[in-house]
Amino acid sequence: MTVDTTAALPPGTLAPRSLATSGHVDLADKPFRIALSAAALLVLVLLGAIVVLLFKGGLPALTTFGLGFFVSADWNPVTENYGAAVMLYGTLITSLIAMLLAFPASLGIALFLTEVAPVSLRRPIGTAIQLLAAVPSIIYGMWGFFVVAPLMASTVQPALTAIFGPIPLIGMLFSGAPAGTGILTAGLILALMIMPFITAMFVEIFTSVPPVLKEAAYGVGATTTEVFTAVTVPYGRTALVGAVMLGLGRALGETMAVTFVIGNANRIAASLYSPGASIASTIANEFPEAGPGSIKLNALLELGFSLFVISFLVLALARFLVRNRLEG
Amino acid sequence: MTQLERRLFADRIWRLIATALAAMAIVLLAWILWTVVWRGASALSMSVFTMPTLPPGRGGGLANTIVGSLIQVVIGLAIATPVGLLAGTWLAEIGKGRLADAVRFVNDVLLSAPSILIGLFVYELLVKPFGGFSGLAGSIALAVLILPVVVRATEDMLRLVPGSLREAAFALGASRREVVVQVLWRAARAGIVTGILLAIARAAGETAPLLFTSLGNLGWSFDMTKPMASLPVAIYQYAASPFDEWVALAWAGALVITVGVLTLNILSRVVLAPRGKASK
Repeated sequence: MTVDTTAALPPGTLAPRSLATSGHVDLADKPFRIALSAAALLVLVLLGAIVVLLFKGGLPALTTFGLGFFVSADWNPVTENYGAAVMLYGTLITSLIAMLLAFPASLGIALFLTEVAPVSLRRPIGTAIQLLAAVPSIIYGMWGFFVVAPLMASTVQPALTAIFGPIPLIGMLFSGAPAGTGILTAGLILALMIMPFITAMFVEIFTSVPPVLKEAAYGVGATTTEVFTAVTVPYGRTALVGAVMLGLGRALGETMAVTFVIGNANRIAASLYSPGASIASTIANEFPEAGPGSIKLNALLELGFSLFVISFLVLALARFLVRNRLEG
Repeated sequence: MTQLERRLFADRIWRLIATALAAMAIVLLAWILWTVVWRGASALSMSVFTMPTLPPGRGGGLANTIVGSLIQVVIGLAIATPVGLLAGTWLAEIGKGRLADAVRFVNDVLLSAPSILIGLFVYELLVKPFGGFSGLAGSIALAVLILPVVVRATEDMLRLVPGSLREAAFALGASRREVVVQVLWRAARAGIVTGILLAIARAAGETAPLLFTSLGNLGWSFDMTKPMASLPVAIYQYAASPFDEWVALAWAGALVITVGVLTLNILSRVVLAPRGKASK
């Protein structure tokens, strides 16, 4: 992206009058600087307020249930016992599936966009893939629920059971009734959603590899994929890990798409076909039944605070990795 | 096969896999768009745009939800854009050292914070203390989502403005304010507008933060202190409903929102592209 410098001072609007008067003092300068600083401070205050309000909102749940809140799999509105274990598990496992699927796919697409595709096709194809990232998450949810889930139940899950079922341990993951919605489908939809995002960062990382390194490898007779695996990927590996973690951060907090396809059940089962719940889907689903002042609302806010802490840590680490490599 | 043949063969296989993966992504986009167009178009009629939402069995449309979304996005934008423009300018032109690093980092955190948490935050900030869901709370939730995008776009675009432009303006005796307003903002205008368009596209499609703030409204509402309907929330409620006509209406809404969001995205690329080429 470049800047049109001619737009800066179009002809006819040369120097404004005040510019011509020598030694003038612009009385509006100081208020202007104050306005700029205030806006920047507001950004800091905003995040501070988010942290404080979510923490304060969830505190009653923490004092009632103690640290057991995070390990209890109980979520019972009747006995008013709330625990976060099911949602923590659901959030982490769906995001893990999404990362396992999205990472190799993004790597391949980024290889295609930077080395394989004809130069004239790179931009249009890259744009089309970026449009995938722009589709609102509720659309992914509807598509996942009405189109993908039935397909998973009728075709994909029986096939996976046939392939992996007989293998001990791994077979457990692919056992049970193919319901369509559930942990696996949620992970798959999440993978599709974060794939364009990770791909875009991969492309940026690959294009920042100094050409001289790649040329040296080509010079000794390496093929395109050998250059990719031996030079490009190792050069950017820290940033690549960071990019995948930024994608993970997105998957962790994704709400609408997951709510549609995860099945919304408060239990943990070995099978990836079984329905589950993520932190975000639980907040979206249970919020209407949580009145102000109820312990349930506090429990939901505590879930929200936990989600904030998890995604904050992931983001901080990812940023550290991406920055370090690209600037170093 | 000689070793060379093996290596060339492996190269071809990997190129093929990469091409297949890219093709898969394109097919995926086509598949999603086809689903939305096919299911949405059959439910789309003039009444979708002219009638408000009605109880099941009485037809109705999505007019009040579309208007509600527009109102909330516009107000959110009106709140977030000036603040974001100023904060981004501070980062690019004035802020230095640790404080600037902190603001930049915090802005990144806001940018990638799960949107549902923004909804919870505004619920705790405005809905709970002031006793009710409101269109204003929804607008503010969207403003919190838009703000970091505008800050980032402004800072990035101002950094692309050549230093010589600043020096030239300062040399003419311009004050900091004059340099920023009359030189830098103008030079970076296309890029900042792109950022704002993308922010609108993002905010318009958001559902989660509105669930806890503007809630939704079955009829027309222009009162910002009352619950207000929005297109994404209506789609969410209708898609999960047991009534076929509501599900059909949800697909019609999905088509409207997808076309709107993708148009904004493509538009934002068009805004920037010709200028980028011209100055090369």
